[in-house]
Amino acid sequence: MIALLVRELRLAVRAGGGALTGVLFFLAVVSVVPFGVGPDLNLLARIGPAMLWIGALLAMLLGLERLFQADREDGSLQLLLMSDYPLELVVLVKCLAHWLATGLPLIVATPIFGLMMNMEPALILAVIATLFAGTPAITFVGAVGAAVTVSLARGGLLIAILVLPLVVPVLIFGVTAAYGAVEDPAPFLPPFLLLCALTLFFSVLGPFAAAAMLRHAAD
Amino acid sequence: MQQMKAAPEIMSETSIKPASVWDYANPTRFLGLVDRILPAFVMLTIVSMAIGLWMAFSAPEDYQQGATVLIMFLHVPAAWLAMMVYTIMSVSALGTLVWRHPLADVSLRAAAPLGAAFTFLALITGSLWGKPMWGTWWVWDARLTSVLVLFIIYMGLIALSKAIEEPSVAARALAIITLVGFINIPIIKFSVDWWNTLHQPASVSRFDRPAMDVAFLYPLLVMALAYTLLFFTLHLMGMRNEILRRRIRSMKMQTARQAEGS
Repeated sequence: MIALLVRELRLAVRAGGGALTGVLFFLAVVSVVPFGVGPDLNLLARIGPAMLWIGALLAMLLGLERLFQADREDGSLQLLLMSDYPLELVVLVKCLAHWLATGLPLIVATPIFGLMMNMEPALILAVIATLFAGTPAITFVGAVGAAVTVSLARGGLLIAILVLPLVVPVLIFGVTAAYGAVEDPAPFLPPFLLLCALTLFFSVLGPFAAAAMLRHAAD
Repeated sequence: MQQMKAAPEIMSETSIKPASVWDYANPTRFLGLVDRILPAFVMLTIVSMAIGLWMAFSAPEDYQQGATVLIMFLHVPAAWLAMMVYTIMSVSALGTLVWRHPLADVSLRAAAPLGAAFTFLALITGSLWGKPMWGTWWVWDARLTSVLVLFIIYMGLIALSKAIEEPSVAARALAIITLVGFINIPIIKFSVDWWNTLHQPASVSRFDRPAMDVAFLYPLLVMALAYTLLFFTLHLMGMRNEILRRRIRSMKMQTARQAEGS
């Protein structure tokens, strides 16, 4: 399993810089916002957490298409299916690797984008914490979408349509928790714990559903 | 074509035996059943819809809402149906994944556009009702947003069903996504209780007694019945079309294969 994790990470880093593409896309989304709403720094600071979350969400969705497709094309998906490890565990490891390769760089890049949005350090920290807790859920749900569309030539857009409704709660609680950390009346802990609960829930549901689909798609 | 001729005998056989879901695993037998019960369903739908509409229009005007209360008789059943259809689709998804019933996928596929239509109707009538009552076409409150999410899920399912060519793979994919998306249904149901929102809480399905006058309750229930019958009528027709579409597909493939061989 460790070997699989290392392999996935190597592939993600080497194959055209998948991690970097996500961060660049994140940068593109965040830098388009001021053009849309105007360069008012107070306004940007207020909508900053929401924009960072949306940018991260879209960047996460971007790379999901390749999660199983590349393996299917070169036949390694068959090998993974035939291995002794349960497929659910394989999917979980692949999700973790995908998150390490795309989610983590986004979180690392968040402080810089937070400064660009004129956010306070405390708020940036809150956004980082919520992204850290919430983005794995996006990967796990996305794995279901990726598994379902694995046999399609152009499944990327379809994944986004299928996955977006399911990650709406993640986005809601993530942004609520981020605001709750700095605004006084709003609490931080309840939405943050709900966010963690969502991630844990999807970490079970996602691999099982994706594995069930992959088993059938391989027949 | 021979299958079609054999149908009457099979039909008479099933009419003696007590019916189980598995008796209708055979599409031909199922088509026979549809042909027999569909006229009754159509009649019942028309009659109940007529009675429901007549009762709705003769209902008194609400002391607060005036004539706009009429929208309720269209809006509330549509919203109920939007959730019920998704629940039926989820049961069908279980039928595909667990029991491998051959018609479960057909049922899921036929229900998806109907569910989307009912959800759309609920959203539109709700919007029309919201303008005079709340002063706005749309608010981002929990109930409205979760129903919108339901609509997007329906659309995603329809897009997915069109995107995958191979029926067995498509059936699996649809079933899994349907089951994962079922999380949204309890969220919609309880959204008005969990969050304080503009949308009013449930006023019919309560444990004590409905918080609604009988003058409004009875037309509403009749309309709900009419909507349900309408759904089942359209669902049966949709399933029949889907079965016929698959037969045409396999016939086309057969002729193509024969043409290739000759």
